[in-house]
Amino acid sequence: MSSLSTLAKTSDRAFPFAAELMGVLSIAALGVLGFLLFPDDLAFLTRLIGITLLVLSLDLVTGYCGIATLGHAALFGVSAYAVGNACIGGIREPILLLGVGIVAGAITGAISGALITRFRGLPQLVLSIAIGQLVAALANKLSSVTGGSDGLSGITPDPVLGLFRFDMFSRTAFAFSLIVLAVVFVLLLRFVRSPFGLLCRGIRDDDLRAQMIGAVVYPRLVIMYAVSGAVAGVGGALNAMTAGVVGLDSVSFERSAEVLVMLVLGGAGNLWGALFGSVVFQIFEHIVSATNPFHWMTLVGLLLIAIVLFAPRGLSQGVVVLWSKVFRRGGRP
Amino acid sequence: MQTILSIGLDGISYGMVLFIISIGLSIMMGLMRVVNLAHGAFAMIGGYLASYAMRDLGAGYALAIVVAVIGTIIISIPLEILLYRRIYRKSDALTQLLLTIGITFVIIGLANFIFGPTLKAIPLPNALSGPLDIGFRMIPTHRVFVIVCGVITALALWLLIDKTEFGIRLRASVDNSDMADSLGIRTEWIYAATFALAVGLGAFGGVVGAELLPIEPFYALRYMVTFLVVVSVGGAGSIAGALAASLLLGLADTTGKYLAPEYGEFFFYLAVIVIAFLFPRGLFGRAH
Repeated sequence: MSSLSTLAKTSDRAFPFAAELMGVLSIAALGVLGFLLFPDDLAFLTRLIGITLLVLSLDLVTGYCGIATLGHAALFGVSAYAVGNACIGGIREPILLLGVGIVAGAITGAISGALITRFRGLPQLVLSIAIGQLVAALANKLSSVTGGSDGLSGITPDPVLGLFRFDMFSRTAFAFSLIVLAVVFVLLLRFVRSPFGLLCRGIRDDDLRAQMIGAVVYPRLVIMYAVSGAVAGVGGALNAMTAGVVGLDSVSFERSAEVLVMLVLGGAGNLWGALFGSVVFQIFEHIVSATNPFHWMTLVGLLLIAIVLFAPRGLSQGVVVLWSKVFRRGGRP
Repeated sequence: MQTILSIGLDGISYGMVLFIISIGLSIMMGLMRVVNLAHGAFAMIGGYLASYAMRDLGAGYALAIVVAVIGTIIISIPLEILLYRRIYRKSDALTQLLLTIGITFVIIGLANFIFGPTLKAIPLPNALSGPLDIGFRMIPTHRVFVIVCGVITALALWLLIDKTEFGIRLRASVDNSDMADSLGIRTEWIYAATFALAVGLGAFGGVVGAELLPIEPFYALRYMVTFLVVVSVGGAGSIAGALAASLLLGLADTTGKYLAPEYGEFFFYLAVIVIAFLFPRGLFGRAH
């Protein structure tokens, strides 16, 4: 991690908003690339963006706070259901619905964070799974609110800003999601370099030492969890609005495990890693699992084993190391 | 009264299956500190091997169990040497999680490739398949068989760990691995033997419990969480803890499914959260 943070810091001094600009440009470039590669499948790209937000949100707690969780889909699912219900209940303005998702996600995040971050190690992991499964069981049971196994359908938000209507080719949905992703990504880039974000990294590296220098660990982790919930909430809200349906898969254990795999594939503790891990994983999944889902599982399994053995910090870290080797020969500060 | 009896019997036999499978995971976690999410996958391999031995090779039930246990251990040896050895004791939870999820995915994919996506039956011998008359009512013989297996496993493990030379070395390695190493205990052999024991118990449980947890490719993923929960609630490395946790959670789950089936596993996980708060180290866990 250290090489990466120094890299970010030096570029910071050279130009005040370099990282933020890079974020916006990269996401725009990815959007254009996606549009050129899958012009007929914008719905897939829109879904991808929703999940990417969930991976970014997971990065905040797993990458920046060191909390291993296998129940993160709960935050995503709860806000998706909240947005779906709000939309059916009469709030149809997309920006307002995003707000609903953020609030629902932040509340769920704060509650589950308050439970999960009290523990470390195995109890923490098991508790995160238990909370995820509890939400999944409730989503199945409370079919008056969630639609049960049929899913919650009939979500039809108004046009964005009253101008752009959600069309059947998902053009509006794609552009809207892309812009939201860019905004969230830039905000998070600043957030993780704020004193609060740095303190969380300190807690991850050594929570005892963080306590010794006066940090109050537990409330910090709960707040971080709430922020992570808000980001997951944006993803859930986008997913509900653009798909028009919320199914039980949004709270499933598989979803939680999958986003963890995406995060680690890209590199935890690094927003760029989360972004690229999520994009690469989902595009490959889209192509390969269409032919045979079990071959896809074998492939992902082998990839995970290879990453743990050969690139424990994820693919993005490998790229960064390679980059700095090629462009800054011996020029490391 | 009838309902209470049925719930009790089903709950205890389900709990015993959970115990036989999870105890291997618990010992492994207590000794090697490995969160082995692939444990369910080994139980699944045991089930597949038993099913193959009985249906394609015509072996009997007892022989099938032996084939399953030994076969699973043989399959797991290269995995231990190449992969698991790297993550014993030292690496962080996330690395262990990813490596073992990766192994699980590969095993699921291969199991489907070799055996297909359908359910695999392990036919019970006649002696176990009928009902058993215990005087005032009839109960399925298989349930009794599972409970007996669970009790025997618990007793045998207790004898092994508390009364044998191997058990002494194992406990010494759990308490202080470096010190045990410098006293001349070959800890890497202890680790390897414990891994084989854990995998063998998993395979045994997979075969014996196939009536309650049916064998199919997603077995490894579906019950992975349940086994992990049992170990966490019981406290890693504790036989009594794992037994208590298995029976408690088995009863909680069965009661919930009998009385409020539409809630699914809600009560199971509610019990888990409550216990986690009351006993953060598990029912019988020790501080490390």
